[in-house]
Amino acid sequence: MKNNLQFDFTVDKPSKTVYVTREFNAELPLVWDAFTKQEILDQWWAPKPWASKTKFMDFKPGGRRFYAMVSPEGQEHWSIQDFTSVSPTTNFKFVDAFADKDQVINTEFPSSEWDLNFIEQNNTTTVKIIVKHKTLASLEQILQMGFEGGFTMTLNELEVLLQNLKSK
Amino acid sequence: MRRDIFQAIADPTRRAIIALIALQAMTPNAIADNFHSTRQSVSKHLRILTECELVKQEQQGREIYYSLEIKKLKEVDKWLNQFRKLWETRFNQLDNVLSTMKKQKK
Repeated sequence: MKNNLQFDFTVDKPSKTVYVTREFNAELPLVWDAFTKQEILDQWWAPKPWASKTKFMDFKPGGRRFYAMVSPEGQEHWSIQDFTSVSPTTNFKFVDAFADKDQVINTEFPSSEWDLNFIEQNNTTTVKIIVKHKTLASLEQILQMGFEGGFTMTLNELEVLLQNLKSK
Repeated sequence: MRRDIFQAIADPTRRAIIALIALQAMTPNAIADNFHSTRQSVSKHLRILTECELVKQEQQGREIYYSLEIKKLKEVDKWLNQFRKLWETRFNQLDNVLSTMKKQKK
């Protein structure tokens, strides 16, 4: 069933905009909660074995989520999401930035603008995410922090698979 | 200053140059004819693109021709694909979280 869920990922290089669309097998209020409540967000935002650790999340316009991506070795990469608009349960927007553990924003990497839309149809919920980057290079930093884990995991899985094939 | 593919495509003039020479190898003068900016400014962009190893130069008689390193552009796609995988992993995790939440609600 999972495999039938729509997933689109496109990047418009000239405008440095990433479009991510994903369908979820759940009703809108549930999906909305998963994206907007820190205790649920922390369960899936970081690709395992990395962990997402939200220090605080004030989900309202002008509010802030301050969180870290924690590596398996315990290294913390802090980020900030400043909410600019919240329209329950259809849309919210935020501006993100990298920071240190004291919420001092790292200006070396420009911030990105996020626009998240939620649409329910026939008990499935589609989430459309638009991320406008000032430079595609800022994506690289995200990859270095958040993705490494996910990629390593994929490689590990591949290794196990190869081992299994070999032993046959 | 960083010299990689992302630096190369960060500037609108450089992106326009990439688009121009993607079709055919061109001399700096012929490239500059397409822009309002000065010859020096186009030369500067060409130098950065060369340093980023996105374009290559070829001497033909008295002229230098610039053309695109297609392999390098593919690097961007490869790199973006990693980012796609990040989202895939993240969303698969969310699928599991949602299915647990649904069970708890019942």
